[in-house]
Amino acid sequence: MPWFGRTAIVCRKAADLFTDYLEDALPAPGRARFEAHLAGCPHCTEYLRQMRATIGAVGRMEPDTLSPQARDELIALYQRWRAERHSAEGPGQGQAPGNTA
Amino acid sequence: MGGDAELVERLRGGDQEAFETLTRRYHTTMIGLAAAYVPTRAAAEEVVQDSWMGMLRGLDRFGGRVSLKTWLFGILVDRARIASERERRSIPVAVAALGPARFVADGSWVRPPVPWPGDIDERLRAPAAQQGIRAAIEALPPGPRSAVLLRDVEGMSSREVCEVLGISETSQRVLLHRGRSRIRQALEQQVGRV
Repeated sequence: MPWFGRTAIVCRKAADLFTDYLEDALPAPGRARFEAHLAGCPHCTEYLRQMRATIGAVGRMEPDTLSPQARDELIALYQRWRAERHSAEGPGQGQAPGNTA
Repeated sequence: MGGDAELVERLRGGDQEAFETLTRRYHTTMIGLAAAYVPTRAAAEEVVQDSWMGMLRGLDRFGGRVSLKTWLFGILVDRARIASERERRSIPVAVAALGPARFVADGSWVRPPVPWPGDIDERLRAPAAQQGIRAAIEALPPGPRSAVLLRDVEGMSSREVCEVLGISETSQRVLLHRGRSRIRQALEQQVGRV
């Protein structure tokens, strides 16, 4: 449908544009054509809904709990830095005393 | 960010609790991001440890021009790049997210998406679904994974993502699109089961 291609968006094209649409990166005419396509296409409307659900679910993920080993290594790293900083500054300068491990 | 200034002050003052808060929040994402550059889990862990130390040593230089998170992830990507230099791995910009096989010649769907249930958001909160999402992210190629981790998992702005990854906004959206599309596809296969 070449006469049609210049103004209307087909599903294949729409599928490439979902992120640009959701990220608000489509220029106004492109956005209008995309929305016109959605208005007449239940499949692409459903696809958009699924993309939104996906993004929402990814955004709600909680960080993995650190393994005890990873946690210990990081604490050791912090203490190493603190010691390094303390010795660079010299005794009696700046560092709060009593930072126990 | 007001919270950043306070956190930096506490870190500088030797507050271990502040450091632990920060590591709980970002360590997992940092491992995932480092793994996009270096070939093994062990190498990724080394890069992340090195980055935490880099952050601590650089605290006095942190001026708050960017958020602490952007700064930290920037340090990580720098170090991951250096670590991967020998292999010259870089973040490739992806091609189209959906294969042409999903569309017929006139550009309409061969197999239109099967509608998801109305309570899909609720279903995707289930532990099994969460694991599926995590696995889908881990299965992404490096570029899309980096973009999804920063933009969608960490909720950074696209500008911040571009700054951290050193890519253009257009490339960032291409990577994001590919990542999100693949995760949606992975969830599609699970939706019946969650």
